[in-house]
Amino acid sequence: MYDPTVARLTYRALLGRRRALILGALPLLLIVISLAVRALTGADDQTASDVLGGFALATMVPIIGVIAGTGAIGPEIDDGSVVYLLSKPLKRPTIIFTKLIVAIAVTMVFSAVPTLIAGLILNGNGQQVAVAYTVAALVSSIAYSALFLLLGTVSRHAVVFGLVYALVWEALFGSLVPGARTLSVQQWSLAVAHKVADAPLVTSDVGLPTATVLLVAVTVLATWFAGQKLRSLTLAGEE
Amino acid sequence: MTTLKIDHVSRWFGNVVAVNDITMTIGPGVTGLLGPNGAGKSTLINMMGGFLAPSTGTVTLDGQPVWRNEAIYRHIGIVPEREAMYDFLTGREFVLANAELHGLDAKAAQRALATVEMEYAQDRKIATYSKGMRQRVKMASALVHDPSLLLLDEPFNGMDPRQRMQLMDLLRRMGDEGRTVLFSSHILEEVEQLARHIEVVVAGRHAASGDFRRIRRLMTDRPHRYLVRSSDDRALAAALIADPSTAGIEVDHTEGALRIQAVDFGRFTVLLPKVARDHGIRLLTVSPSDESLESVFSYLVAA
Repeated sequence: MYDPTVARLTYRALLGRRRALILGALPLLLIVISLAVRALTGADDQTASDVLGGFALATMVPIIGVIAGTGAIGPEIDDGSVVYLLSKPLKRPTIIFTKLIVAIAVTMVFSAVPTLIAGLILNGNGQQVAVAYTVAALVSSIAYSALFLLLGTVSRHAVVFGLVYALVWEALFGSLVPGARTLSVQQWSLAVAHKVADAPLVTSDVGLPTATVLLVAVTVLATWFAGQKLRSLTLAGEE
Repeated sequence: MTTLKIDHVSRWFGNVVAVNDITMTIGPGVTGLLGPNGAGKSTLINMMGGFLAPSTGTVTLDGQPVWRNEAIYRHIGIVPEREAMYDFLTGREFVLANAELHGLDAKAAQRALATVEMEYAQDRKIATYSKGMRQRVKMASALVHDPSLLLLDEPFNGMDPRQRMQLMDLLRRMGDEGRTVLFSSHILEEVEQLARHIEVVVAGRHAASGDFRRIRRLMTDRPHRYLVRSSDDRALAAALIADPSTAGIEVDHTEGALRIQAVDFGRFTVLLPKVARDHGIRLLTVSPSDESLESVFSYLVAA
């Protein structure tokens, strides 16, 4: 199911100079904000939770997910170089699964690790806030990667759609419209984080069983569907 | 023996028909797929390579369907027309990755690089390669698993004459080894230098098939039209029409020129200057008026 060569090619494409800069910019911003907040207001659990929930989880994680998830396959399909993967005796689901693993790993490294560091800076993990949001970042990395990998497989405008979803749905509606929260990866991951880290400040609108089922379902279905799409991917000629 | 069978294949995109009911069999040796730009060559090659489903009809390789059959790629090597190819890798890394994806090791990659004579630049990033070098590395990636069928889409595009010759030698060798090699081109000279067997596609249809000499003859034997201006058009016309190589002459007043239809191309080209000299007529313009590839091809379709 996992092909190391596909993984290596995907890592190198994802972590190429320009994309690595974009991937690194938001985590850096998070840490700068955390340092500033800590210096200005001192350690405060509620503030720490607001920064991590409002910026790290609601904005940074989905955007990193979009870049890594769509970037793991979209550019290859766009420029046609995916033909070198497709013209091999490789099962299409293997290609998708491998790219999913890579996208998850990259999203986790660039979102969960800085979240933990930022949390430690903000309040030294008081009331388990840092650990809880790190768990949420890890969990949502998986679902985002699967969703955006699928998006990268089906659409040429994956990045745009992905950003609209991440910024409009997750960040805006997710925090303003109560109904939208039930269908938000962010809320599902918060439900898991609340349970795992036992952090009173980290709460979710969605119950743990619902959240778990939805997370697994979205991840599995998106991955399966991306594999199917790749099986019948059409490389139109240039004429 | 590897035989690629295209059986009553059509492909349309919306209401545009790109490939229209084509049936052909490609056997061992080098076959040229010839046709003007936009004739449907790439669409056809994409279907042969399993990257596009035929709207109707089937493409099979030794009886196995090509579409949605990953295992078939053990036997197929593909050199796509598009340039993109993991530019951030070196040539060696790229070919090695292709070998690994076939379950092969570095030795296979090295052998393929040697075959295309790219060892000297194998440690440079692909991004720094010239068009010809890219083409050769693509070729190495297609050869790495020693395929019995090789599909190349416009492989000579943008290559300089020396690179072209090298690639032709290589493909000829592949054909002589008994592989089935199919390449597309819109340039007749290119195809006839390399392929003994030619398939001609025009406007999505299969226009001609067979030995290049037969097709060449069809092309040169067609009536040629010329636009000629001279110091004495009427005297020239009278002298030319006396010869059987000329089928018809029209005096075009608005252009101030003769429109000549020649049936025997070889003879006419010798006759015209000779007649002019013998009658003391100066030739001011001699231009073929239907030498465009499209008109050559449309003649073939009608033939």
